[in-house]
Amino acid sequence: MLSPETRRVLVIMPAWNEGETVGDTVDEVINLNEGYDVLVVDDGSKDATAAVAAAAGATVLRLPFNMGVGGAMRAGFKYADRYNYDAVIQVDADGQHDPREIASVLEGLTTADISIGARFASKGDYKVSGPRHWAMVFLAAVISRLARTKLTDVTSGFRAGNKRAIAQYLDHYPAEYLGDTIDSLVVAIKSGCKVTQIPVAMRPRQGGTPSHNPAKSAIYLLRSVFALLFALTRSRSKIAVQEGIA
Amino acid sequence: MGNTLAPFIFALVMVAIVLELVRRKVFREKYAALWLVIGASALVLAGWPDLLAGVSKLLGIQVASNLLFALCIVLLLGVCLHLSWELSVVEDENRTLAEEVAILRTAVEQLESDFRRIPQPTPQAAKPQLQSAPGPCED
Repeated sequence: MLSPETRRVLVIMPAWNEGETVGDTVDEVINLNEGYDVLVVDDGSKDATAAVAAAAGATVLRLPFNMGVGGAMRAGFKYADRYNYDAVIQVDADGQHDPREIASVLEGLTTADISIGARFASKGDYKVSGPRHWAMVFLAAVISRLARTKLTDVTSGFRAGNKRAIAQYLDHYPAEYLGDTIDSLVVAIKSGCKVTQIPVAMRPRQGGTPSHNPAKSAIYLLRSVFALLFALTRSRSKIAVQEGIA
Repeated sequence: MGNTLAPFIFALVMVAIVLELVRRKVFREKYAALWLVIGASALVLAGWPDLLAGVSKLLGIQVASNLLFALCIVLLLGVCLHLSWELSVVEDENRTLAEEVAILRTAVEQLESDFRRIPQPTPQAAKPQLQSAPGPCED
C-alpha cells in the first residue's frame, strides 16, 4: 500500500458514535486508490463504529473512554509517529470532508508544515452566521497575523500535517475545548511550523447529528476567545525531528 | 479548662485517624503530610487557647476567631489547589495510558490476525519434534 511517491500518508478519522457514516467515508477514502492508510480512532463510541470501520477496511484504535476530538487526534498522531508516517490528514467520519479533496490539502504540505482545508476560501457554499461567524472571523484575523499568511478558516478540522506538525502536536497536548484546532495551531505557529490553507468545498453531513447546536453559538464565541488567549500565553514546544528529511 | 478539652480531643482524634490511615496505606504520605500539619496546629491551638488570642493581638486582628477562620480558609484553599494539581497529573497519565492501550490493542489484534493467516504453522512444526522426541528416549 505504498503511494506512487513512496510517501506514507495516514488518514486519521476521529469518530464518536458515527456508525451510520464512518463505513461509507472509509470506503470512499480507500476507493481513491491513492494508497492512504486509514486509521479510525473510535473515541469510546457506544455504537458499532469500531466494527463498521474495521469491516470497511480501516485500522481501528479503540480508546477505552471518550476523550474528545483533541484526545482522539492525539492518539492518532501518536500512532502515526510510532509507525513512522510521513504525513497525516484529519478527515471527519461524518463525510463532511470530501475525500476527493484529500490530495489537494496534502499538496499544501509541499510548502508548509500544516495545511488547512479552508471552507470559505471562494470554494463551496458553506456558511455560518451570528456569533459563531464573528468568532471565526476574529480567530482567522488573529491567527493570520501570527502565521504571517492569510487564513480564513482556522477552526477547520480538515487539516494535514507533516512530521514536524506531528511532533509538535505530541509535545503540546491542547486544552479541552477548541484545543484541537485553535490551541494546537497557535502553539504550532509559535514553535516555528509554517501554515498554509487550501480552499475546499464542504459537503452536508451524510448522517448523524451535528455536535454543535446553534444555541451554543454565543458560548462558542466566548470560549474561542478564551482558548485563543490561553494559547497565546503558552510556551513554544521543542520539536525533535531531524530537519531537511521532510 | 472545660472549654478547651473538647477541641483538644477532637484534634487528637483527627490526627490519630490520619496516622492510622497512613499506617494502613489508605492515604499516601504526601496527602497525609498536609492533614498532619493541620491536625498538629489544631492540637496546639486547642491546648493553648491563649496563643490564638496573643497572635491575633500581634497581627492586629480584633476578634481571635477571625484569625482562625482566615487560617481555615487559606488551608482549605491550599488543599483544593493541591488536589486539582494532582488530578491534572493523574488525568494526563490516564490519557497517555489510554492512548498506549489503544495502540497496543490494535497492534495485538493485527498480530493475531496475521498469525491466523499463516497456514497452520503449529501442527506441522510441532509434529516432527513430537515424532523425533521419542526416538532418543527409546534408545
